[in-house]
Amino acid sequence: MPREYVPILTLLALAGGFGLLTLAATFLFGKRRPTARKAAAYECGIIPQTSARGRFSVKFFLVAILFIVFDVETIFLYPWAVAFRDLGLYGFVVMLPFMGLLAASLVYEWKRGALEWD
Amino acid sequence: MELAFFYLFAAGIVGASLLMVTRANVIHAALLLVLAFLFMAGLFVLAGAEFLAGVQILIYAGGIMVLYLFSIMLMNVGVAVRLRQWHRQSVLALAAAVLLGAEVWAVLGRGGYPGAKAWGWGLGQTPGNVEALGEVLYTKFLFPFEVASILLLAAMIGAIVLAKREITR
Repeated sequence: MPREYVPILTLLALAGGFGLLTLAATFLFGKRRPTARKAAAYECGIIPQTSARGRFSVKFFLVAILFIVFDVETIFLYPWAVAFRDLGLYGFVVMLPFMGLLAASLVYEWKRGALEWD
Repeated sequence: MELAFFYLFAAGIVGASLLMVTRANVIHAALLLVLAFLFMAGLFVLAGAEFLAGVQILIYAGGIMVLYLFSIMLMNVGVAVRLRQWHRQSVLALAAAVLLGAEVWAVLGRGGYPGAKAWGWGLGQTPGNVEALGEVLYTKFLFPFEVASILLLAAMIGAIVLAKREITR
């Protein structure tokens, strides 16, 4: 077990423990007098108009795909940034076509109006 | 200690996956899939593949799950819950799963996948995983890396062509 992960594990345990403890404490010690309004999903927020189980527009799907494309792009940038000092100028030149093509795809996306919510 | 964590993560993956495929509500199944992904990231950390663990959380638990949830929300989930959850291919699927499991067992029993040793790096001995990956990816595997950008471009154009009706000026 890599020792550096002990702080992350501690944080996870603390965060999970806090959530569980809060839930358990309110479950055990809290009084329950539910009313229809209290049981609503957003008790002190906007009043729900319809069920949230309706069908969503396909536009959300497009946004998700565009998000993933650039998400994957950033993933490729991480090891590049870490190894950049060793790769030097070569690393810079090698990255140019990759970034260039993705910049071109961003321009295409923009021109095509895929970023508009029409 | 390490072994205990391995079994914890492995049990988490198996448990979350079993719960996932038995849920009638697809949204619950999707959330259980996130849990399985997180446990998988834990396994990657144990194997010394920190970069993969990060990718697992960023891309799978983050990006892919957003995509899954959006595509679930495009469907009519209320109807899907009331559909029959089993069909006649389940026996066939179980047989295929057992067969695949036996194959994996056979390969691992003979000392693992041969390609894994070709690198000469033992698990967990890599000189700072992300760094090592960066040095190899942009030199030895430069061509696949550049091809990946074309693949990303194709994915994006495909999505726009499919989901956008006409060119809006």
